[in-house]
Amino acid sequence: MNERELILGRIREALKVPAPLPGHHGDERSSLTSATVPTQVRQWLPAIGESFADRVKAFRRKCSELKADFHALDSEGDCVKLLTDVRDREQWKRLGAHRGDLTDFVCSRLGLPICNTDKGYDVAGLESCDAGLTECDALVAQTGSVLLTSRSAGGRALSVLPPHHVVLARREQLVRDLPEAFAVLKKKYGSNYPSFISFITGPSRTGDIERILVLGAHGPKKLTICCF
Amino acid sequence: MKPAQQFKTQATVMTHDLHHRELIHTALSKYEAVRDQSKAAYQDWQAARQAAAEAKWEAVNHLDEYLVEFSNKLEARGTKVHWASTGLQAKEIILGIIREKKARSIVKSKAMTSEEIHLNEALAEEGFEVVESDLGEFIVQLRKEPPYHIVFPAMHLTRGEISELFARELGSAPTQSPEELTMIARRVLRQKYIRADIGFTGANFAVAETGMISITENEGNARLTAALPKVMISLLGIEKVVPRLEDLALLLPMLSTIGTGQPLTCYNSFYGGPRQPGEPDGPDEFHVVLLDNRRTELLADGEQRDALHCIRCGGCLNVCPIFRNVGGHTYHTTYSGPIGSVITPHLRGLQEWKHLSFASSLCGACTETCPVKINLHHHLLHNRRNAARQKPSMFEKVAFKLFAFVINRPSLYRSSKRAGRLLQIFHPLVKGTRFDPAYAWTKTRDLPPIARQTFKEYWRQRS
Repeated sequence: MNERELILGRIREALKVPAPLPGHHGDERSSLTSATVPTQVRQWLPAIGESFADRVKAFRRKCSELKADFHALDSEGDCVKLLTDVRDREQWKRLGAHRGDLTDFVCSRLGLPICNTDKGYDVAGLESCDAGLTECDALVAQTGSVLLTSRSAGGRALSVLPPHHVVLARREQLVRDLPEAFAVLKKKYGSNYPSFISFITGPSRTGDIERILVLGAHGPKKLTICCF
Repeated sequence: MKPAQQFKTQATVMTHDLHHRELIHTALSKYEAVRDQSKAAYQDWQAARQAAAEAKWEAVNHLDEYLVEFSNKLEARGTKVHWASTGLQAKEIILGIIREKKARSIVKSKAMTSEEIHLNEALAEEGFEVVESDLGEFIVQLRKEPPYHIVFPAMHLTRGEISELFARELGSAPTQSPEELTMIARRVLRQKYIRADIGFTGANFAVAETGMISITENEGNARLTAALPKVMISLLGIEKVVPRLEDLALLLPMLSTIGTGQPLTCYNSFYGGPRQPGEPDGPDEFHVVLLDNRRTELLADGEQRDALHCIRCGGCLNVCPIFRNVGGHTYHTTYSGPIGSVITPHLRGLQEWKHLSFASSLCGACTETCPVKINLHHHLLHNRRNAARQKPSMFEKVAFKLFAFVINRPSLYRSSKRAGRLLQIFHPLVKGTRFDPAYAWTKTRDLPPIARQTFKEYWRQRS
């Protein structure tokens, strides 16, 4: 018998003894009845309003707590204008990006050499980029998170290797809370999930030295989110 | 030295170390403030705890089914799943992969399971270069010591100590700035990432429904570990399973809230396989090693099975008055604090580790803070009971026999009371010295005086 069968055998043997349900000490039923699926998660997590204005307000507040830059803009044109300013201020020389409607539009107008990750790339080349430009799957108002995957955001490294991560999102991608973001994932990818999915909540950080916050531990020191 | 003796000796030293106490107090006060703020934002924290506990209950109590589902889903997309009954087997599997790939350097992100099986030592012995990439883990690795805390590995060090360490080991210029220290580590580790052949990680959750592991972190080191090297290996305990992907909508924010006090940590990432067709990067090979290492023994104990619900947030360590005074290294266990005291006797032997269950004031702060409602302080009592049942203490047996003998004979009881009152007059002569029969108690505590009058005498006089 192999280890898999041995371990599963030990588990089955062990589970012959019932365990009390959580919060019901001494009550030894073998399966849960009503609340098995946490369908009401939304009722317990921090409350977020339903309207677009509420979502923007919550997302903005979270971003300021997280030290991420959030810009709710009117058009692609405004976005290009904003990023042109950032490009000049931070003296970007080279940009990492992937192919997509939003990224293509912005890249074409920033006029910088682009390291494209879609067809594979040189790690040292991507590492030397000043910023990584990606799209995403959703923005989460409740937590200030960006939800992205290897399919929507040019792979695993583009959003973590360059020192500045710039996210481009459509207004309708701003969802209320985590349960809704998980629903987006399920709907969009169903049974064929990308191999990498991440909730990115603010720029990379650490508190490992005396619990003092430092931004840019291993990942980006800056996170800019443009929503239009 | 036996573990119990070692614990006692070191605990005595640590409780008198005011510098240590101050450091831990400062760090944890900051944590408590943000944790309470994050908790207060929940509409119903108690209901969330109950639901989280039920999700983990469901997974642990149908562990065989969910593990099979998890492993099948992963394998269907090209992941190789390995099963290891013992730490030794897990090490052999991991070493086997590394040898086969002819790899030289391994970059690791934080994994307590690897501490549990002493993986780094095994890899170093075989001549492989292993680098811990989490800043706290990197620091304690340079100091050649185990992590102090399961979430904050370098919590016991000051920036001055870290600066000296970096100057000595990395040749960097001394600095008092946490930011500069972090950047020194970032520069050193970036080079390691680019050269590494193998990326090694742990996991916080294993999603059965979709066949994914979930990794929670702040720094981005686990993300780089899973993105750049050509081979990725993840080691996880079999109890990490959750049934559905949506369960994480609750468990991820709760883990963060109690773990670090953040509403959500910076990166919560799910990995469901090696690089898939059409994806630009990620490892060509993904290996998941499932580790039992006596978890099934704990599983067989219905009463304490909920200890396998643990999501390793470290919350119970942070609120534990014992942990805060004796510190993480005093335990000499992989998992310290209340959860460590509960599970270590199951993982390493009850008789040798039962002393941890006595190092508790039974205040219940751990049980109250636990996001998945593990009945921690009651389990400490269960361990004490099981230990006594398995191997009764001779001294206690004799003491209770003697007590029963005296209490069953009223005249003997009366005269022993009188004798006690008389002898107590002389107690101050030996109090707190080795000649004191109550030394174990009186070396750090007062012995209350025996009342001048018994209740019976008082009652008789009154009427």
